[in-house]
Amino acid sequence: MLSIKEYQTVTSISGPLMMVEMVDEAKYGHIVDVELGDGSIRHGQILQVENDKVLVQVFEGTHGIDVNRSTVRFLAKPLELAVSPDILGRVFSGLGEPKDNGPAVIPDKRVDINGNPINPYARDYPNEFIQTGISTIDGLNPLVRGQKLPIFSGAGLPHDDITAQIARQATVLGGGEFAVVFAAMGITFEAAQFFIDDLQETGAIERAVMFINLANDPAIERIATPRFALTAAEYLAFDLDMHVLVILNDMTNYCEALREISAARKEVPGRRGYPGYLYTDLATIYERAGRIKGKKGSITMVPVLTMPEDDKTHPVPDLTGYITEGQIILSRSLHRKAISPPVDVLPSLSRLKDKGIGEGKTREDHADLYNQLYAAYARGKEAQELATIMGEAALSEEDKKYMLFANKFEARYVSQNYYENRSIQTTLDLGWELLSMFENAELKRIDVKLIEKYMPKFRKTNGNTSNE
Amino acid sequence: MSETREARVVKVAGPVVVAEGMAGARMYDVVRVGKLSLIGEIVELNGDFASIQVYEETTGLGPGEPVIDTGEALSVELGPGLIESIYDGIQRPLDWLYKAEGEFMSRGRAIPGLNREKKWHFKPTIKNGDVVGPGDIIGEVAETTLLTHKIMVPAGISGTVQKISEGDYTVVETIAVCTAEDGTETELKLMQKCPVRNARSVRNRLAPNQILVTGQRVIDTFFPIGKGGTACVPGPFGTGKTVVQHQLAKWVDADIVVYVGCGERGNEMTDVLTEFPKLKDPRSGEPLMKRSVLIANTSNMPVAAREASVYTGITIAEYFRDMGCTVALMADSTSRWAEAMREISTRLEEMPAEEGYPAYLGARIAAFYERAGRVECIGSPQREGALSIIGAVSPPGGDLSDSVVQATLHVVKVFWSLQARLAYQRHFPAIDWLTSYSFYKEYLKNCFEDKDRGDEMDELIVKAMALLEQEAELLEIVRLVGAEALSPANRLSLETARSIREDFLHQNAFHEVDTHTSMAKQYEMLKTILHFHKQALAAIESGVETAEISKLAVREQIARAKYIPQDDIAKITQIRKTIDEQMKELQTVSS
Repeated sequence: MLSIKEYQTVTSISGPLMMVEMVDEAKYGHIVDVELGDGSIRHGQILQVENDKVLVQVFEGTHGIDVNRSTVRFLAKPLELAVSPDILGRVFSGLGEPKDNGPAVIPDKRVDINGNPINPYARDYPNEFIQTGISTIDGLNPLVRGQKLPIFSGAGLPHDDITAQIARQATVLGGGEFAVVFAAMGITFEAAQFFIDDLQETGAIERAVMFINLANDPAIERIATPRFALTAAEYLAFDLDMHVLVILNDMTNYCEALREISAARKEVPGRRGYPGYLYTDLATIYERAGRIKGKKGSITMVPVLTMPEDDKTHPVPDLTGYITEGQIILSRSLHRKAISPPVDVLPSLSRLKDKGIGEGKTREDHADLYNQLYAAYARGKEAQELATIMGEAALSEEDKKYMLFANKFEARYVSQNYYENRSIQTTLDLGWELLSMFENAELKRIDVKLIEKYMPKFRKTNGNTSNE
Repeated sequence: MSETREARVVKVAGPVVVAEGMAGARMYDVVRVGKLSLIGEIVELNGDFASIQVYEETTGLGPGEPVIDTGEALSVELGPGLIESIYDGIQRPLDWLYKAEGEFMSRGRAIPGLNREKKWHFKPTIKNGDVVGPGDIIGEVAETTLLTHKIMVPAGISGTVQKISEGDYTVVETIAVCTAEDGTETELKLMQKCPVRNARSVRNRLAPNQILVTGQRVIDTFFPIGKGGTACVPGPFGTGKTVVQHQLAKWVDADIVVYVGCGERGNEMTDVLTEFPKLKDPRSGEPLMKRSVLIANTSNMPVAAREASVYTGITIAEYFRDMGCTVALMADSTSRWAEAMREISTRLEEMPAEEGYPAYLGARIAAFYERAGRVECIGSPQREGALSIIGAVSPPGGDLSDSVVQATLHVVKVFWSLQARLAYQRHFPAIDWLTSYSFYKEYLKNCFEDKDRGDEMDELIVKAMALLEQEAELLEIVRLVGAEALSPANRLSLETARSIREDFLHQNAFHEVDTHTSMAKQYEMLKTILHFHKQALAAIESGVETAEISKLAVREQIARAKYIPQDDIAKITQIRKTIDEQMKELQTVSS
């Protein structure tokens, strides 16, 4: 064991960064404790070492630190999380310290929060359908175990309700509940409390671990928060064989913290001032979701991010979309129409859907059905737009029919209560029911055999909406 | 190996490490850094100091730790055993790492690219006493059922061959001795090492003159790529870049496929790994894995190794090309490669050009694509090989003015433009037929045995494209004044264009039959759609209502033609007869 060395050689402080000189044996990425003149302790991490000069980022911010009286201790280890089965049901700070007045965790082991990349060869392909009870997800963009599927939201949109609903309702067909790991980064007390209360009501809190960094907590701390959460998730999934659902809320705040550090280091900025390595950095978080061969547990990830000005091409949603396996996009116009959850169906996507559905998983007609629903809704949307420009009268008969379909689809399929838990069978049947307004020949994307098998039932009940 | 120099680390900043005491080291030498012996490569020399890009995570590394120069350039091992392998960016076999180290990647492991224990049966094709030079084939190893691996004399070696004999060898055992004119003896092995950053030499470069058939209708028919050609697939996320790449890797008519997953998703590589052994090559009936080499440096793996992965892939691809194979390399995604270059460049504190990318970005991209081509290989017997490169580009926000897209478009000859608008309508592959282009169209005729059919295909393509362009114009009018304003003939054009889009261009990658379409079937399908158009036009002229034509039952048959298996292709010809019959009926009724 190396002895811990103390230095009082802080030479400069700027923004969240601190330079310490005449340091011996500092290692890149290791952590430090900074003791202030008044005896309080701050935490930091080494960003760069050059000879005996060390650049440290201070998680809690540098206000109040002075050059003369501060003592820096080099702890000769990376940032670690103490894990044991007792972390379940606990609330931690954004830096992994207990925040619920409970005792410190007696660790089974301490784990480097940066983790190591999963060997791609060791991965097992995610293919087990998760039923969330939300039609627009289950029917059209199915989530599977081990997937990372973000929610692209905007200021004022109800992403908190949706994540809470997913956490509450998610089950794998044939049983099996999820452990929930929740990482809050810079969200409000209200939003965090809403989520905690919701878990408490359902009793799911017993199977949950929280890492909470609120809006008024130090911003730099947010850089570590998702990594703490994922380290806990990896422990639960791959050491304790649990199925873990990780919710990261809100990744935009995380990226802003990263930008702050990058700016303080005077790095060449990429788009909108975000660092050029934002993609790589985000990937080291998102890619920790997955399944591993021979392990029972899995990590499914639902990150939430708010798109500035609802702009999908903003670097945060853009780079996230390039890493994650699809995205659920919320629509402001649907929200205004009081359609909840306001999932914008057309640009939403689940890349892993094809492996998780079909016979033996959901139902044989699932794939064809969502293809047809998409095609019909896309056409209906076009007609809706045309109608707003030229008036409904200018539409052809066919366009009018598709527009009617789009309206019905939004009102019945997309719209549901936040406490309504639709089974996948209900969702699929609802799809057939909506499609029954078309002739068989128009349903080009569905196999004739499937139309013959499923459609007759719905043709008879067409117009009868009471069986929903 | 050179002697150990007294070198030590002085600075660590992410993936870039500066070491001192490096005088005498050469640019791009491979070095081992620190107590963990991390693998790195010298990217900048300044007096006694060298900047090193490290291919592994550098947490825990600090000043004072040792640095060892191996004196060798970054190289790959080439020989039997490459096929069916999955490597990381610097050719470490991931399956071996998994067995040795477990599920998570650990650091400092140097595992050779080729299995050292496995014995291969070597059959010489030359005799003792024969004089050989670089690139000459001296024998064969039957590596997989799809590939006879030709053993070639490495670059820079020539002379008289002795002690060559048939037998079972590992890749490092001597299979022959080559005595040069000046008497120096070189042992020849099944394996050779080759630096990755320079292109392998060829005798002559030839222009591509054949189509690389991909089985994807929109590509083969409208925007084909030549054997030895280059193509790029830019598009925003969710438009299906990776699915296009996977489809090509599955169905392309190449002897060897090298798939480089460069900074992309881990699960996508798993998908390839689980699916390829199950899928059958449509030509040989053997599992596709038996012709594939995979390079997987996922987005969360170290960024410097991502930079190297593209070079590792192309060098392996060139090696197979030199055997006389047709090789296709897919790089997904070159944007991540460019970003890796940017990250290293930033840490080296180089002056950035656009968007923070280094000024040499364009040159590196061009040099990479220029390694594609149809060539006359060096060595005897005389042979031709072709290497095609298909690179995905992931521009931020789908913006095609991005530096990487622009640098790529400067060099590639085929552009498949993916559009979010099409993806939202679930029109896949979401390749925009109006903005994409290909310079290899003229070679398409070679796909058909009889020349007439090739010529006819040309005509069909021109007609179909004209209809699609007309559709775009007509839709503008519809948007302004409504569909009622169109003439019946124009309305029919809209219907046919819709049919071309939905029944021909749209292709379901996950449908057993639709995933791959032969050239003959593409021809039949397009011919049928345009036949319907021709007949319908005649019917309209004789007074039939367009609405009546739209209702014809045969249209459903046309729509479902894509699901007709290759063996029943005659059924598509049959549809044309049905069209004639139903049209005739209509005309009799209306008159």
